[in-house]
Amino acid sequence: MQTSMFVQAFIGGMLIGTGAILLMLFNGRIAGISGITASAFTTRMAEGGWRWAFLTGLIIAPLLTAQAGFTLPEKIPGSLLTLTLAGVLVGAGTRLGSGCTSGHGICGLSRLSFRSLIATFIFMASAVVTVSLVRYVF
Amino acid sequence: MKQMITALIAGLVFGAGLTISTMVDPLKVLAFLDIFGNWDPTLAFVMGGALTVYLPIYQFYVRRAQRTLFNEPCHLPQKKKLDGPLLLGAVLFGVGWGLSGICPGPGLANLSQGSTEILVFIVALLIGMISVNRAKRAQ
Repeated sequence: MQTSMFVQAFIGGMLIGTGAILLMLFNGRIAGISGITASAFTTRMAEGGWRWAFLTGLIIAPLLTAQAGFTLPEKIPGSLLTLTLAGVLVGAGTRLGSGCTSGHGICGLSRLSFRSLIATFIFMASAVVTVSLVRYVF
Repeated sequence: MKQMITALIAGLVFGAGLTISTMVDPLKVLAFLDIFGNWDPTLAFVMGGALTVYLPIYQFYVRRAQRTLFNEPCHLPQKKKLDGPLLLGAVLFGVGWGLSGICPGPGLANLSQGSTEILVFIVALLIGMISVNRAKRAQ
């Protein structure tokens, strides 16, 4: 049971890596979801259209995997207030920090970028501390 | 047009990976971040799987060629030095990720689920992004 979860996670991870490297091999772009999302709104369709296409694929993919039994969670946990605060922090933080789990975590670490290594370490540590404070202190 | 089709394919594969890996489940993410509690290491395998594919292809092909398979230049980040915004941004992102269990990719992948919760999160995410973009431009 536990082992099959790990195998499934690893295979899913390989697909994430494949999607990311395809975007580099085909489009010459870093697959950083926060950067792609933010820039989709600020660049013209002629140059930035690939961003909307990538995001469209990302959004409709779960509808396809559902056919094979891999579905989205039924519920998103957390109050609307928490989700609002979290959303603003994730949006602002990833813009200020030039990346998120994908851009820094996958692409940046693979590029052996020092900035991405530090950013990944910090946001992981910050997230671990936040979860611990929410669960065990407050 | 070609760029749109290839990006769509990359997005589909990326999104399928997020769903199959269970990275789209905030409870799973929070359990991974809860290292002092009942830690669930599953998501470490997601990162491992992604790096297993991306790292060797990047290092042995992209880094040397710096060109796409269609012989166009790659757009690679040029910044090398640490700076304040990078560090502060990473801290803030981590707090938001820890509060919700949702980072940008899984957040967007969850949109078709259509609940009020995910819509509120995504709208807030966009507001956070736009605010920082505005502040940067104002400087």
